[in-house]
Amino acid sequence: MPKRSLIANLWCSLRHAGLLLKPMSDADDFSTGLEEALSWINQERHAVSGEFDVERGYIFTTCASVQNGNPIYWDDAVAQALTGGPTAPLTMLSAWFRPHYWMPGRETIPQPWQTHFDLKKTLALPEAVATDSEVVFGEPVRPGDRISAVETLRSLSEVKTTKLGKGRFWVIDCVCSNQNGGWVGTETMTGFGYRKGAR
Amino acid sequence: MSNAGTQSLTLPDVSAGDTLPPLVHEVSTTSVVLGALASRDWRPMHHDRDFAQQRNGTRDIFMNTPNQAAWLERYITDWGGPRARIGRYRFRMGDPICPGDTIVFSGEVESTEIDDVGCAWANLVITLSAANAVKTRFSARVALPADADDNPWSRTGEQWQP
Repeated sequence: MPKRSLIANLWCSLRHAGLLLKPMSDADDFSTGLEEALSWINQERHAVSGEFDVERGYIFTTCASVQNGNPIYWDDAVAQALTGGPTAPLTMLSAWFRPHYWMPGRETIPQPWQTHFDLKKTLALPEAVATDSEVVFGEPVRPGDRISAVETLRSLSEVKTTKLGKGRFWVIDCVCSNQNGGWVGTETMTGFGYRKGAR
Repeated sequence: MSNAGTQSLTLPDVSAGDTLPPLVHEVSTTSVVLGALASRDWRPMHHDRDFAQQRNGTRDIFMNTPNQAAWLERYITDWGGPRARIGRYRFRMGDPICPGDTIVFSGEVESTEIDDVGCAWANLVITLSAANAVKTRFSARVALPADADDNPWSRTGEQWQP
C-alpha cells in the first residue's frame, strides 16, 4: 500500500474512534465573542470621573520630571498674560481621571482603557499591544477643574496576521471633558489583540 | 535656539525643512519613577526593576507613555516658546527607555499652514532616540502666533480647530 494511503487510513481511523479533535477553522477560531464586541462600536462605555480636582502639585512634579521650564507653569503673571491663568501641561490629560491606587471601600481598581481589556477577554485574544496613539487637545485644563472621560470603540478589524501573531486591530476613543461639559481632549488608541504564533 | 523664556516663534520665523535643536538627557531611575507617579501611573514596571525584568522582559524599569509625552511637550515648547500651543500629536513607540539611557529628541518642520479660521500651524516630525536607535516616532501639529500680536491660547470654540 502506498505510504500516503497508510497515513490517510490511520487518520480516518483515529478520527472515527474520537481520538483526534476536529481542527478548528479560522472562522470558528476567531469568531469567539465577535458579535458582542461588534455591538460595542460607537457605544459609550466605562465613563469615569476624576477623583480629585486638577491641582498644581502634580503639575510641578510633571514639569520637574522632564525639567520643563515653560514659564506658563511657573510664573503666574506669564500664565495670566498668555493663557488667562494657570493651566496644566496638555500631555497630563490622562492623569486627571486616573483612579487612586487605593481608597476605602473599593475592592478593585478601575483600569484605564478598560475597553481594550474587555476586547481581549471577549474575543479570547490573550495578548494585546497598543500600536499607535493620538491625542487632540481642546480647552486648556486648569487647576480646580474636574475631568471626566468616556470610552468608545470606533472600529474592529477583520482577522489580521502580523509578526506578533494572528488577531484583530481595534480603535478606541477616550473623550475627556471638564466639569462644565467643555471638551478638553480626545485620546485615540489603536490596539492589536492576538494569539502568539497563530498563523 | 531654545525659547524656554517668554519669547515665542511666530509662523514667519518657521519654514518647512527647519530642524529643531536636539535635546539630550540622561534618564535616571528617579526621573522614570517621578514621571510615572506624576502621571498617576502606579503600574510596577515603572518603579519595580524585578517586575520589569521578570514580567516584561525589559532591561530595567522603563519610562511610561505619559512621561514620554511630557518630554515631547517640553521639547516642542523649548523650541516654539510659551505661546506655542500643541493641537495634536501622534506617536508609535518601539523599544523601552530605561534608566542609564541617554535620550535624544530630534525634529524637523514638515510643513506650515494657516487654517480656515486664521490659526497658524507648524507640522512637526520628531524622533526620540537612544543608543543611536529610534525608540519613538512622533508627529505633532503645533499652533504658533501668526504674528507678534497673535496668541493661539486665546482661541476657543470654533476658532480652535486642532
